Amino acid sequence: MSAVRAEGPTTTWLPVCTTDQLSRERGVAALVGGRAVALFRTYDDEWFALDNHCPFAHASVLARGIVGTRGDVPFVASPMLKQPFGLRDGVCLDDPSVRVPTYPVRVVAGVVEVGVGSP
Amino acid sequence: MSPTASGRRPRIVVVGHGMVGHRFVAAAVERGLTATHDVVVYGEERRVAYDRVALTSFFEVGADALSLLPSGVYDDPRVALHTETSVVGIDREARRVRLADGTTASYDELVLATGAAPFVPPVPGKDLDGCFVYRTIEDLEAIRDAAARPRADGSKARGIVIGGGLLGLEAANALVQLGVEAHVVEMAPRLMPVQLDGAAGATLVRHIEKLGVHVHCGVVSTEVLDDGTGRVAGLGLRDADALEAEIVVFSAGIRPRDALAREAGLAVAERGGILVDEQLRSTTDPHVWAIGECAAPAGRMYGLVAPGYTMAEIVADTLLGGTAGAFTGADMSTKLKLLGVDVASFGDAFATGPDALELVFADAVAGLYKKLVVGPAGPDADGNPREDAWVLLGGILVGDASSYGVLRPLVSSGMLLPENPEELILPESRGALQLGLPDEAVVCSCNNVTKGDLLAAVDVDGEHRCEDLGAVKACTSAGTTCGSCVTTVKGVIEDYFGEIGKAVDTSLCEHFPLTRQELFDVVAVHGYRSFTEIVEAHGTGRGCDICKPAVASVLASQTGGHVLEGEVGALQDTNDAYLANIQRNGTYSVVPRIAGGEITPEGLIVIGEVARDFGLYTKITGGQRIDLFGARMEELPLIWSRLVDAGFESGHAYGKSLRTVKSCVGSTWCRYGVQDSVQLAIDLELRYRGLRSPHKLKGGVSGCARECAEARSKDFGVIATEKGWNLYVGGNGGATPRHAQLLVGDVDTETLVRYLDRYLMYYVRTADRLQRTAPWIESLEGGLDRVREIVVEDSLGLGTELEAAMARHVEGYFDEWKATLEDPEKLSRFVSFVNAPGQPDPNITFTTERGQIKPVNLDEPVVLGTSIPVGAPR
Ligand SMILES: Cc1cc2nc3c(=O)[nH]c(=O)nc-3n(C[C@H](O)[C@H](O)[C@H](O)COP(=O)(O)OP(=O)(O)OC[C@H]3O[C@@H](n4cnc5c(N)ncnc54)[C@H](O)[C@@H]3O)c2cc1C
Repeated sequence: MSAVRAEGPTTTWLPVCTTDQLSRERGVAALVGGRAVALFRTYDDEWFALDNHCPFAHASVLARGIVGTRGDVPFVASPMLKQPFGLRDGVCLDDPSVRVPTYPVRVVAGVVEVGVGSP
Repeated sequence: MSPTASGRRPRIVVVGHGMVGHRFVAAAVERGLTATHDVVVYGEERRVAYDRVALTSFFEVGADALSLLPSGVYDDPRVALHTETSVVGIDREARRVRLADGTTASYDELVLATGAAPFVPPVPGKDLDGCFVYRTIEDLEAIRDAAARPRADGSKARGIVIGGGLLGLEAANALVQLGVEAHVVEMAPRLMPVQLDGAAGATLVRHIEKLGVHVHCGVVSTEVLDDGTGRVAGLGLRDADALEAEIVVFSAGIRPRDALAREAGLAVAERGGILVDEQLRSTTDPHVWAIGECAAPAGRMYGLVAPGYTMAEIVADTLLGGTAGAFTGADMSTKLKLLGVDVASFGDAFATGPDALELVFADAVAGLYKKLVVGPAGPDADGNPREDAWVLLGGILVGDASSYGVLRPLVSSGMLLPENPEELILPESRGALQLGLPDEAVVCSCNNVTKGDLLAAVDVDGEHRCEDLGAVKACTSAGTTCGSCVTTVKGVIEDYFGEIGKAVDTSLCEHFPLTRQELFDVVAVHGYRSFTEIVEAHGTGRGCDICKPAVASVLASQTGGHVLEGEVGALQDTNDAYLANIQRNGTYSVVPRIAGGEITPEGLIVIGEVARDFGLYTKITGGQRIDLFGARMEELPLIWSRLVDAGFESGHAYGKSLRTVKSCVGSTWCRYGVQDSVQLAIDLELRYRGLRSPHKLKGGVSGCARECAEARSKDFGVIATEKGWNLYVGGNGGATPRHAQLLVGDVDTETLVRYLDRYLMYYVRTADRLQRTAPWIESLEGGLDRVREIVVEDSLGLGTELEAAMARHVEGYFDEWKATLEDPEKLSRFVSFVNAPGQPDPNITFTTERGQIKPVNLDEPVVLGTSIPVGAPR
């Protein structure tokens, strides 16, 4: 099992895919509780989930951005206008007043699960 | 040494007044040997000793300038110098030498410094009129006279040098200087086989051929051909056509002149040379010494002047009673400028040592080949083994030997190499700077500007206070002549600004302290195939949206292959990643290639049908094709399978690569047209399609001077003339419009394509990330003239290499979309949701405008009311 973030008492874990469906430093969109969520896997096999909606571009695209690091912070660059969002907290690295929602992710027996519910 | 029994002063006889003989006499005078001894020198040549190393400059500077003893006599009455006097025999019993005129002279100590003679292979015809060797000033005078003799038809004489070693190339250089068409015939598969490996030899060939010397390697000469009157008519070759020539110069190696010694019964080495001990004393006779090229200490002869000088000093010292001198071998490192090309070979250049490894940097574009031979460092001071610590064992440098001064002393110094030793050979390496270039080091040799001068120019408290490279160049003239030092100049300035905390950063991004060109170079040196390898060796972290696409582009240029293959797929910008252009609502536009803007009605109908069936917005582009907007990501494969079936292919509208070659209708239809611009535009577009480049590339072809294709607003524009084509380069539209400038006029189609191949490949290799051709040309030292030198005049001799690189591209081209459709792995990424591939993204919505769809952007993400089945669909 990999990192679990912001797991609350009422978190519901929804399986979205198996680990081999997403290669390293890639993102993919998943539909979680009706919302488009961008799921990412880093080079170190950490898993993160952000809302897929880019608040700058007003489009559902973050899963298609390039995944990299800034210092020690893993981030995704929005594919539209390249704003960087930290994968850990969803905060825009160039404009901390902008933040996209994040979701906890865990891997159970090769299945990637995204947590929804009250964090 | 003491006076002889007879009471006369002991006499040293020196045979040979060449470079080493002269050095011995000079040492004898300087060290006071003449205080006790008389010295008598016999030299066979007409002149006193001269600088044979610089022999080739004889044509330029004349004999006097080469002389090592311009006054003709030693400034010491104890030395008697006889020129044009050959020693023909030695009577060791009587300790006398016999001279050509029959007289004899006695000696107490005999120093043989007879040098070496060129080896002339025993081929038939070797003595014909027109055959020469290359050793003395007289040889050069004779060659000059022969070169001045016109052929029967009045044209210039032609010359062949047999032997492609160091001396052979010197001889070829002389022929070139004399205006003679020069050929070099070398038996070995490469030039300078003793000093250079295959790749270095090949780089040298390119340099030398561009100077007009014809190189024939791996070729055996069979006979010198006779014109019927006893004169040279050419050279017969085994398994090849004979070469015609009036001059043949033998330069097939040298042999020590040890005949006198042999006849006198002195031991000689197996491969020639008078056998001597570490004090250079004959192993047969303690009163005979041998120095220079005629000597073979420990059985080996040395064909360079420096070891000869060492020998001369040792003998002078030993005759003075010294015991310290011993000749135990010599550094055979060589550095020279052959026909203007730097060549250096030092240490264990062939990596013969047991654990020797090679690091190679080759840049055919710049004509550079540099190799370092490294080996594991021994244990540290405490005797503990060291890991990952390397020392330099040797190397080869061709094209740029400026680092020789830093590198050669490193060999056998035991100094550990820096962590990335390859930086020592990367172009105008900053590595060498980091090793600490002293202030007096000359950075720009054309204008004799030292590192100290550069620092004075940028000194914030100084009088010049230059802010950047341009100002420094203007102020010091550094880098303004040949331009080869510009990177070093830049490095010095940047290091200084870095030290004082002034920001000048040329790094690609936080992950790579390299420019795109440097990145291109390290990928070429190491043959990297993945981002991980590159970032682990040369960067930090895991990259970003700047360096990853740059690496992807460099890898694509160097290795070809599909842009979505494996790990490389994760490096691509969104457009490349989905082989389509992302639009403002997250949908994509699709652009099939319509080469030259020519399309059949059937083609138009297919595009129309596809657009209609998928509900796409259509628009004609500026590049004469049709853009289909509003495709959802998961629809792209469906759309493309229809297009591919109808014979369309990717238009690469999404890539930093060739977009279109726009054309006017040309001479086929237009009453003004003078050439078929459509055909050429199609040919060019199909030739360069798929070429990944630093930025997008556009072309245009106009069929007459009216320029309806607007070709001069393109990166390359071709305009028809009555005689052929004019080629313009460096144009663009956009925010900073530029008109393309004339590169070359009135060329035929074949030449045009050749120049375009070179121009585009040179751009791909050397431009910065996202630098279009216009600013790239401006950034080059010399601007458009520089491009013309490289592309048209081929002054760097890279033409063939650049053309070959383009040929590989053309050959390796395949349609990315067709290949994607055939690969389930790549197709698997074209889904809206990994867990609901059939569900379109609800965030994508459209309205309509003027009868077509129009995207709507939503401030907030849409949440689907219905619950979607989740799971892990496979
Ligand atoms: C074109 C050319 C380029 C070269 N470039 C380089 C280079 O870049 N670097 C380098 O290190 N070396 C170079 N060399 C080699 C260098 O010139 C020799 O190593 C050096 O000259 C050797 O000195 P030496 O005194 O042993 O022989 P020499 O200079 O040849 O002198 C020997 C002399 O002895 C005379 N002699 C011979 N026999 C008798 C006799 N029986 N009686 C009287 N006199 C006699 C000869 O006529 C000759 O004058 C080059 C040589 C040539 C030809």
